[in-house]
Amino acid sequence: MKPTLKTMVSAATILGLFSALGMGLVTWVHHSTAARIEENQRQTLLHSLQNLIPSDHYDNDLLADVLEISLSEPGLKPVTVYRARKSGKPVAAVFSTVALDGYSGEISLLVAVKADGSLAGVRVLAHKETPGLGDLIDDNKSLWILAFNGLSLGNPPEKFWKVKRDGGSFDQFTGATVTPRAVVKAVKKTLLFVKANQETVFSNGP
Amino acid sequence: MDLDPYRKIAVDGLWKNNQALVALLGLCPLLAVSNSVVNSLGLGLATTFALVFSNTIVSLIRNFVSHEVRLPVFVLVIASNVTVIDLLMNAFFHDLHKKLGIFIPLIVTNCAIIGRAEAFASKNTVDKALADGFFIGLGFTLALVALGALREMIGTGTLFGRADLMFGDIAKHWSIEVFHDYGGFLLAILPPGAFIGLGLVIAVKNVIDLRDKP
Repeated sequence: MKPTLKTMVSAATILGLFSALGMGLVTWVHHSTAARIEENQRQTLLHSLQNLIPSDHYDNDLLADVLEISLSEPGLKPVTVYRARKSGKPVAAVFSTVALDGYSGEISLLVAVKADGSLAGVRVLAHKETPGLGDLIDDNKSLWILAFNGLSLGNPPEKFWKVKRDGGSFDQFTGATVTPRAVVKAVKKTLLFVKANQETVFSNGP
Repeated sequence: MDLDPYRKIAVDGLWKNNQALVALLGLCPLLAVSNSVVNSLGLGLATTFALVFSNTIVSLIRNFVSHEVRLPVFVLVIASNVTVIDLLMNAFFHDLHKKLGIFIPLIVTNCAIIGRAEAFASKNTVDKALADGFFIGLGFTLALVALGALREMIGTGTLFGRADLMFGDIAKHWSIEVFHDYGGFLLAILPPGAFIGLGLVIAVKNVIDLRDKP
């Protein structure tokens, strides 16, 4: 059949009709699921925050009491800080930070620092490290990350905040030094930041 | 009712023309996600839904869409379908969705889906197209789960690990430890293990086919 103006117009009309229908359907579903998806993401985040700071240690809305810090320091992206308070007094701050120097890309971390400057804990949120080697930083895979609990810049002393291979006091994994090195570095940087900005991070609550 | 065409559709989809093992279509998501049973099942079911919906819709519209624009129209149908499935999974199976991540939207590019739309659904009635979508999807899911079970068992020594991502808290203890004190075999989890595993599964299928030949 030779294409005529009529067949061309009808083909274009059909294509346009289906684009409109498809778009309408997607828009409608997006609209009706958006609230639920957002709530899911909130719950997931809240859940990982409560892993670090038990819910009876604070009484404010963690996800609302947020501080955004943009760092000029290389190696760290802008950081979101979730602050926990009890009766208005600062209890801890959880830093959602990123280590850029993992073995294969970024490692997203939650670093929880108590008001006295010691660590409430560290967790890995997302990473692309090698399964079986670098992924031991995940608390599902090994207990390594729990070794940070209770440590601070004085314990061990600042110059030992490195993996053992670099002369520090943190274990690396057999076959994977880069990954733990990146995590230790990011945690140390967070602690240094807290030390230098004590008043901003732990200001008295609203 | 004549059941023979449906039996043929079922046998083709599940075995004779299995999209993953015979046609070797949709390998990108298949190889990337099949490192555990639960991941495989999640992607398999999502693909099955996409196939059933796209086959049904394509069959319904097959007489209205002119020959010249049929492929772009099929692509539109499949893309909107998969986006809807992606959104629904994000809303109702959030944890599993986080784990399967990019591979749900990538179902759009699974050539098995447009392949079935063009080769079957655009030439058959709605009931047959729906059955074809279902059995092709089921065959794809079974191949994925077989590969996932193989890789999970060899790679980490468990089966059904992290089933709670899909079935909720009741599934927390479904994980079966096949080997005790198993150190894990990294190769099976990494991409090369996917290729080797798929090769083994195809080989087993071919052995069975050869034995059945008179």
